[in-house]
Amino acid sequence: MEDLRFEHSVRTRAGGTRQSAIVGVVASGNLEVLVERVLPDAECAIEIRTAAVGFGEVWTAVIGDFVDRYSPGGLRFSINDGGARPDTVSLRLAQAVRSITENGQ
Amino acid sequence: MTSWQNNRARRDARIAAGAVLARGKVVEAGNATRLLEAVIRPGDRICLEGDNQKQADLLSRALLAVDLSRVNDLHMVQSGVVLPEHLDLFDRGIAKRLDYAYSGPQSARIARMLFGGKIELGAVHTYLELFARYFIDLTPHVALIAAVSADHDGNLYTGPNTEDTPTVVEATAFKDGIVIAQVNEIVEHVPRVDIPADRVHFVVKSDKPFFVEPLFTRDPAAITEGQILTAMLAIKGIYAPYGVQRLNHGIGFSTAAIELLLPTFGERLGLKGKIATHFALNPHPALIPAIESGWVRQIHSFGSEVGMDDYIRARSDVYFTGSDGSLRSNRAFCQTAGLYACDMFIGSTLQIDLQGNSSTVTTSRIAGFGGAPNMGADARGRRHPSEPWLKAGAESDPDGSPLMRRGRKLVVQIGETFGDKNVPLFVEKLDAIELAEKLELELAPIMIYGDDVTHIVTEEGVANLLLCRTAQEREQAIRGVAGYTDVGRRRDHGMVAHLRERGVIRRPEDIGINPLDADRSLLAARSIKDLVRWSGGLYTPPSKFRNW
Repeated sequence: MEDLRFEHSVRTRAGGTRQSAIVGVVASGNLEVLVERVLPDAECAIEIRTAAVGFGEVWTAVIGDFVDRYSPGGLRFSINDGGARPDTVSLRLAQAVRSITENGQ
Repeated sequence: MTSWQNNRARRDARIAAGAVLARGKVVEAGNATRLLEAVIRPGDRICLEGDNQKQADLLSRALLAVDLSRVNDLHMVQSGVVLPEHLDLFDRGIAKRLDYAYSGPQSARIARMLFGGKIELGAVHTYLELFARYFIDLTPHVALIAAVSADHDGNLYTGPNTEDTPTVVEATAFKDGIVIAQVNEIVEHVPRVDIPADRVHFVVKSDKPFFVEPLFTRDPAAITEGQILTAMLAIKGIYAPYGVQRLNHGIGFSTAAIELLLPTFGERLGLKGKIATHFALNPHPALIPAIESGWVRQIHSFGSEVGMDDYIRARSDVYFTGSDGSLRSNRAFCQTAGLYACDMFIGSTLQIDLQGNSSTVTTSRIAGFGGAPNMGADARGRRHPSEPWLKAGAESDPDGSPLMRRGRKLVVQIGETFGDKNVPLFVEKLDAIELAEKLELELAPIMIYGDDVTHIVTEEGVANLLLCRTAQEREQAIRGVAGYTDVGRRRDHGMVAHLRERGVIRRPEDIGINPLDADRSLLAARSIKDLVRWSGGLYTPPSKFRNW
């Protein structure tokens, strides 16, 4: 297992009012993303616990592009990764943002 | 005096040697090995019928059991190296040299044996190319083939899996060779004559039906969101703008996803009747929902597919069928159809390099190519126009004279940037080159050459290589859809942005697709059971695909 943590300053706060959401599953080649609205509006944090060791450089690139594209201000992401491919990670992160920016509980 | 009929005399002597074991043309299964010892000579070229589907498995085992002092140093010229026995022949020293096209399930062992010097490799061919050589310089002395039934004269019924048999028999029987058929049963009258009796010298009745691999069945339950996304990009980004009606699909999950998206996503885009109407394609179960929804007008097949026979019989408007009602497949004709009468090939691969060359050969696996190099190649002899062919030609040569400009076949490689076990699809250098260097081959085993590839589709978007004007643009267009692989991360961001402005690279949003919409609910069938339901119970999947 390997733990990684990324913190980014972002332009805008993520929309919507939901406080938390969870997408994906913990399985080989897949990942679970818990997203919580717990940070100041201009901050974003991503904490990763991954089964695949030694992919820090790829995670940096994937997370950098994701933050750039979605500006998920105020959100903390907790990722439980079962060795998912980068494209699956990008998709789950985008799904997590979609879930929490929907209105409702 | 010069004799001009030596080969005929030798053939007659071989037949006479075998005839002592036969009643008429029929030889008992228990005498199959003795028959082979009687008719085969050391150094013969042997076609042991086997492709990616049906296998002359009884005759393979019989050949493996021959007396090595009588039969040895054979040169195997066959489509598929698929059964373990095919390679055991080389381990035992019965066979020495190999020319073939496909080796799916034996890909790892064949690689070890090539490196170990157990096999002298002629070449890895595409099917049509190997068939062509049967008529020029690789004509078999003896063909060992598989059929469903024979009558007492030796007329053969090959059933839905006719596949390579007519081609193999044509080359062998008309050039003084011997044809030996294994059949599942001997009957009074065959349902239809696929091979006339005067081309068949011996018939061996097998105790059990010949083996057929269900190679073209993809369980919809295993299709991922990433594959659905690439399928959506292909349909909306390539099929629709070019108006692709005549095509061939590979056997991967991405193209299975396309087949399952036609009646849903494709229908919503209003594309029914405008794309994907005529196929050179095996009877893919995944295409059943599109057929049932009225998308598909006609399909010609290389072979059949396990479990599809009743469905095909009931849908003769779509498939080619014989007077008995069952499918008539023919690999040589279908490969020709794919080469000359299709406007697009779309399929997956294992490695793509910076110029778009691709190969399924890796240093530990030599899977062969099957039909892909033929399907995935521009036919330089093509002369008839069609909308997609002309449009692709215009894109690659916008300044050429319209009346003199060649069209281009659309050759599309589709895949996710990372494959099984997170292995990257994109590489700086193909493993095929390293393999060629190690084995001292004159030619690296490339499946599809980069100059034939027109588009690459990944979850990151569509790269249109027809619009690239320099090798550097081509490289950046490929890097630009290579995702987070090393190749993708080493892109020139400025140049990739410029290529996107020119439409060389199109992202999902440029095509009007939100990756978040790539959901399994879009699949017309989400399980094998759904496919059975769509077929009205006519499709009967093999047990390994049944989980209910």
